[in-house]
Amino acid sequence: MKIIIVGCGKVGTTLAEQLNKEHHDIVIIDKNAGVVNSISERIDVMGVVGNGAVNKVQLDAGIEDTDLLIATTNSDELNMLCCLIAKKAGNCHTIARIRNPEYDSQISYIREELGLSLAINPEMAAAMEIARLLRFPSAIKIDTFAKGKKEILKFIVPDHSVLNNMKVRDVLVRLKCNVLICAIEHNAEVIIPGGDSVISSGDKISFIASPVESNEFFKQVGIDNNVIKTAMLVGGGKITYYVAKMLENTKIKVKILEQNAERCNELSELLPRAMVINGDASDQELLLQEGIGQTDAFASLTGFDEENIMLSLYAASQSKAKLITKINRIAFENVIDSMNLGSIIYPKLITAETILQYVRAMQNSMGSNVETLYKIVADRAEALEFKVVNEPCIVGIPLEKLELRDNLLVAYIMRNGRFISPRGKDTLEEGDRVIVVTTVTGLNDLKDILR
Amino acid sequence: MNKKIIIYVLGWILNIEAVFMLPPCVVALIYKETSGIWFLAVAAVCGGIGFLCTRRKPTNMVFFAKEGFVSVALSWIVLSFFGALPFYISKEIPVFEDAMFEVISGFTTTGASILPDVESLSKCMLFWRSFTHWIGGMGVLVFILSILPLAGGYNMYIMKAESPGPSVGKLVPRVRTTAKILYGIYLFMTALEVVLLMIGGMSLFDSLTISFGTAGTGGFGIKNNSMAFYDSYYLQGIVTVFMILFGVNFNVYYLFLTRHPKDALFSEEARAYLGIIGVSILLITINIHRGFGSVFAAFHHAAFQVASIITTTGYSTVDFDLWPEFSKGILVVLMFIGACAGSTGGGIKVSRVVILLKAVKKELDTLIHPRSVKVLKLEGKPVEHQVMRSINTFLGAYIVIFIVSVLIVSMDNFDFTTNFTAIAATFNNIGPGLAGAGPAKNFSLFSTMSKYVMMFDMLAGRLEIFPMLLLFAPSTWKKN
Repeated sequence: MKIIIVGCGKVGTTLAEQLNKEHHDIVIIDKNAGVVNSISERIDVMGVVGNGAVNKVQLDAGIEDTDLLIATTNSDELNMLCCLIAKKAGNCHTIARIRNPEYDSQISYIREELGLSLAINPEMAAAMEIARLLRFPSAIKIDTFAKGKKEILKFIVPDHSVLNNMKVRDVLVRLKCNVLICAIEHNAEVIIPGGDSVISSGDKISFIASPVESNEFFKQVGIDNNVIKTAMLVGGGKITYYVAKMLENTKIKVKILEQNAERCNELSELLPRAMVINGDASDQELLLQEGIGQTDAFASLTGFDEENIMLSLYAASQSKAKLITKINRIAFENVIDSMNLGSIIYPKLITAETILQYVRAMQNSMGSNVETLYKIVADRAEALEFKVVNEPCIVGIPLEKLELRDNLLVAYIMRNGRFISPRGKDTLEEGDRVIVVTTVTGLNDLKDILR
Repeated sequence: MNKKIIIYVLGWILNIEAVFMLPPCVVALIYKETSGIWFLAVAAVCGGIGFLCTRRKPTNMVFFAKEGFVSVALSWIVLSFFGALPFYISKEIPVFEDAMFEVISGFTTTGASILPDVESLSKCMLFWRSFTHWIGGMGVLVFILSILPLAGGYNMYIMKAESPGPSVGKLVPRVRTTAKILYGIYLFMTALEVVLLMIGGMSLFDSLTISFGTAGTGGFGIKNNSMAFYDSYYLQGIVTVFMILFGVNFNVYYLFLTRHPKDALFSEEARAYLGIIGVSILLITINIHRGFGSVFAAFHHAAFQVASIITTTGYSTVDFDLWPEFSKGILVVLMFIGACAGSTGGGIKVSRVVILLKAVKKELDTLIHPRSVKVLKLEGKPVEHQVMRSINTFLGAYIVIFIVSVLIVSMDNFDFTTNFTAIAATFNNIGPGLAGAGPAKNFSLFSTMSKYVMMFDMLAGRLEIFPMLLLFAPSTWKKN
């Protein structure tokens, strides 16, 4: 597909990088010549310098035969204008980043009127992820497959768990839980486990199961999946607002710490059910006073990455609360991963992933057949849901006879609404949906699972 | 420095060279020449070493500008070394540095020869000699980029290092597709020329070799008196037109092919290029018309020589060393200007000259109106500071290398015109100079050291100086 990306900030760059890897033809547009040059040197994309909402610039970028335009500049209005003009000039699909909460209530109206295929709000997307985590605190990451019937969850194996030093093949037998362990992160390594792979404490494990099964599994493994009753959110930004709004009708009590008194007033007005506290979160006494030791969940969502990291580390030392840390800049990922920060939220990555999912789905309608895609470990392991089409080299052949790629696992087959945990003798049939976990990124078609 | 990836790229260069050596073998078969066996032997060696180097993809595919420049420079040296072997082993060019000179002159599309008697070479050697022009014209690495699925964004660095011009633009989002389009245009135009020459009665072998020389803007003739042998207005006219065409920025053709013929016509560089050619032809015709039977003959030969020199091809239909000083002066100026950026020609490049002239004008304006602000534009787009800087540095390095080369070559004690134009002709990848290096002479009289200097100049000229300088800069090879 031919894709134009307007605005080369973090999201734009991440998208360009990823989409280029997935063999799309990318043209980037940015006002800053330096940025355009440095990206087009690093990634195999074409760069155009200029304002993306100007028709001439779009024509230079080849809008006429473009399939999709993604606008991720700083300005919501500019993004909308880019999409509007692109729609008229190239009749292509358009995706805009619209993040101002004021537009939020009329987002569907905007989408409809401007003909946007997707309007994405990074803070909203991040908040949804956080809210999901708060509802299911034991996991560091949750995604759903097959319309919510299966979940993929990631958690850290605790020190004294029965899982320690257990082989993957024994998990099913000894714990009597029907879960499928699909990725093990051991230190900085990601492996797709075979039956003989050994789990040790401290590993991050991703597994696929239905919600009931995963509850059972957590119980067996010795992780208490306590329901969260109180959550402390530090920083009163947009994400905090969205999270609190989403939790408003649940049983979770929300406490918000914010430094700016004016903002506190606003929040309290907007969120009548939340408790808003005006104070500096780096004041340890205040944190203790507000019950950092007793809270069930602690989310550091201030605008500063360093502060968020420190706050989470402090919270970890004071309580057993479920930790959530927001990180804006995607750098030193492996260092950050090695710290005990609980679930880490990268709003920009979430935005990029949502758009990627849309692009894959769009490509799906143009031939390739990825239904959903989840990143288990950024850039290094993915879970994909495919729809099986009549492909003679795959359909009807027992899995053990298929020459699958290394580091690839066929996790589930869904046939007529039933889930099959595939064994060697099972076959894929037309109309099935199949979930594949792999460290080979950029698969586009079910055929790609073959060597 | 990621040495493994450089070796990997070099391995591919050898593989490709092995393949490129097969056509001369075919020629040898057709003409029943035994010397074809040497091509087969060298191809086998290249293929063998290449296979070893490319057997495994390096795990560390990190590739930055430094690696790009170094692998391009090394590739051309390796390419030339193995390309020279058939000449040397077959004893058709018995001295190694002569064989090396000949092949570098071929790959860099210079066309300067050390052979006093070209016609004594066997057909397959002649074919290889001309074929190197065609390979070198568009660039070997660009060719590799067009056929190999080298994943990753690093290939832009290679393209940048090998393609001539102040700033390299892509035609389409992907380097690989861009390279394919460029080679497509190149191949098509070459084939067209071959057909047109054959219609004019030239034999297939001759039209192929002549077309290779024209397409790469090389200029190796297969006759001792270059193009004067084909004493036909039609044949020489065709070559004139194609020389000019191959000197145009290939982006212009792409714009023609796609939906923007208007943009193509308004290309500032192409207009300047054609303007310079037109004025030069006019002036030379006026200057030399007495020496020829008719004004048309004068115009014809002026046009041929002008096209040959400005595109840095180096064919000749007459010995222009015998022309009046004014005409010779124009030709020397044209040597330096060179062809358009993004073409197969050499020299300083028209776009650089245009930008430099505009910069001079801007500087004059600022002297008169010290607070005036003016943005330099080329093709309607502002010239970035970065580009301006690189042009200035290029010119600086160009002048330094030029002066040093002339000084070294002066040790051979020829007259100044010979030394100066010999360096101008090799550094700008033209071929013939004036006086002792004129079109009727050859470069065999120079000393071994001068030849090596000129070999360096040819490579530096083709790769636009910096890759070669970086290769010899100690800091390139230091850790960190």
